Amino acid sequence: MTETSRHVTDGEDVAPTDDSQRAMVDETLRAEGDIGEARSLTQDAWRQLRRSPLFWVSAAMITVFVLMAVAPSLFTSLDPAKGDLSRSRETPNAAAWFGRDLQGYDIFARCIYGARASILVGVFATLGTSVVGSVTGMLAGYFGGLADTLISRIGDIFFAIPLLLGAIVFLSSFRGDDPGYFQVVFQVVLVLVVFGWPSIMRLMRSSVLQIKPNDYVSAARALGASPVRILRSHVFPNAVAPVIVVSTINLGVYIAVEATLSFLGIGLIPPTISWGVMVSDGLPLLRASPHVLLFPAVFLSLAVLAFIMFGDAVRDAFDPKSR
Amino acid sequence: MAEVVLEARDIVKHYPIKTGVLRRTTGWVKAVDGVSFDLHKGETLGIVGESGCGKSTLGRMLMRLEEPTSGSLQFDGVDMYAQSTSDMRRLRRDIQIVFQDPYTSLNPRKTVGDIVGEPFDIHPDVVPKQGRRQRVQELLDLVGLNPEHINRYPHQFSGGQRQRIGIARGIALNPKVLICDEPVSALDVSVQAQVVNLMEKLQDELGLAYVFIAHDLSVVRHISDRVGVMYLGKLAELGEEDEVYTRPTHPYTQALLSAVPVPDPVLRGKREQIVLEGDVPSPANPPTGCRFHTRCWKAQDRCTTEEPGLTMRGDGVAEHLSACHFAEARAVVETTDMSDHSG
Repeated sequence: MTETSRHVTDGEDVAPTDDSQRAMVDETLRAEGDIGEARSLTQDAWRQLRRSPLFWVSAAMITVFVLMAVAPSLFTSLDPAKGDLSRSRETPNAAAWFGRDLQGYDIFARCIYGARASILVGVFATLGTSVVGSVTGMLAGYFGGLADTLISRIGDIFFAIPLLLGAIVFLSSFRGDDPGYFQVVFQVVLVLVVFGWPSIMRLMRSSVLQIKPNDYVSAARALGASPVRILRSHVFPNAVAPVIVVSTINLGVYIAVEATLSFLGIGLIPPTISWGVMVSDGLPLLRASPHVLLFPAVFLSLAVLAFIMFGDAVRDAFDPKSR
Repeated sequence: MAEVVLEARDIVKHYPIKTGVLRRTTGWVKAVDGVSFDLHKGETLGIVGESGCGKSTLGRMLMRLEEPTSGSLQFDGVDMYAQSTSDMRRLRRDIQIVFQDPYTSLNPRKTVGDIVGEPFDIHPDVVPKQGRRQRVQELLDLVGLNPEHINRYPHQFSGGQRQRIGIARGIALNPKVLICDEPVSALDVSVQAQVVNLMEKLQDELGLAYVFIAHDLSVVRHISDRVGVMYLGKLAELGEEDEVYTRPTHPYTQALLSAVPVPDPVLRGKREQIVLEGDVPSPANPPTGCRFHTRCWKAQDRCTTEEPGLTMRGDGVAEHLSACHFAEARAVVETTDMSDHSG
């Protein structure tokens, strides 16, 4: 590599003074003059994000869904748990915008209240997989050897079990008699973390393997920095970008998986309100009253789409090649 | 001569070659195979050699960034390779490194202030917390950067400026020895000169001793007091800069020096060039006896069986260390200084 660079500079040597002088002037100008405020790569990514319509649309949608999860009463004054059997399967009308389901529940209110379970599961499953996957991936990638073999093989074991199969086995074996709302959410999150961390671990490990040979890591070692310090301030900040991107996209995927589990009857269970449960309830009525299934399905799709679009925008911003 | 700060004895680094599913070790790459030298206080020892001869591995071992296979390294009378992790951390204050590539040697997510100030975070007792920012600015000023740029990020600087940041980090703890692993080979010529001059200035002001690793004979000649020539993991010749350049006794050094381009177009092509045959043998399977015998025009039977030691050889007038059975001084290069750069 140095051979070629030397040839290049040799070439410049032939037609010398003018160019090299200008280069020097440029350098001093750059050093002395103002080249704008200092920006880090994260700030560059943010500037890129601000210009992306995809980012603003998805961010707006995510804000709405998060608001629904935090304060559903902002969106509807109706009680989602108040069923009126006499008005079962009513089609959309002025009083019940999305109509009513088999039990006579207001579908609009239940769609709003159902956001909480999905967002909770999505956010906590993403946080869990990111933390577990990043830490194990960094240890495996940085220390290598036995730690790497151990972590990678354990990851392979969990990776080999299909998520849905694992979740069904896990949830049906460990389900208590009458679990509360947060206990059920916690169980689903736990399953997603247990079976989802290996993919983040592998990503982090490969990312760390790319960062580790850089001279700034050697320089920190030469200064006597401890492994914890090197990992925290040199390896992690430079290796985390792909994990952020994949985790954001995974958030949408986890929401979909939560709905799938609830649909199969092993995730969240009534009386807990969840889009998956609503889709499951609506399925037998698909022909006679399609609106019972349609509205929760649309909410679910929009939420998943919003997070995946958000992840796409973040990926574009962090990938310097796309600039 | 000044006292010895760094005393390397028979430093060896062999990397295992692993093959097959079971990762069995089937051989060893002898990257560095028994290198000994002394580094005196405040002097510059240049190490030259072509790509793959083990220069950089040697440099990393002098920092203990790479654990040696065998050998000893005395720093101020302390055996560096016998130190525990925490004792080594204290020792690292006195021996620092500057890397070749200014683009990978600075963390892109840290400001210049963080990068140059990191040594003080790791060794907090060197400078009190309130004084650190000012000390960092002094260091930036010392290496010729604008101290006001303390909050900028590495990508806002040119290659030469980045190398200056790397040097500022290297000298932050006031080390006695600075290992320079090809510090200028990634820079273009005008900037090379600036950085080399900066390093000479710092040596005068701070009394640093340099181990200056490079493949550029002219730069090494310019900055070094003594020069070591490496071939296939061993030192072929070691002596005062003037001795090695004007009266090289090892055939490899002579061949290397004869390849330095002549800066004068009139004289170009008139000088005798020694062109070696063949390629550098693999360090996984180095030749027996003298490692250079496969390409040497002087080679005889003795060279294939008996390995020449690095001992005082020469014509009796001025001798220096050379590892050739048939060492004989031969002038191959004019006494020009920093006339051109090449390797």
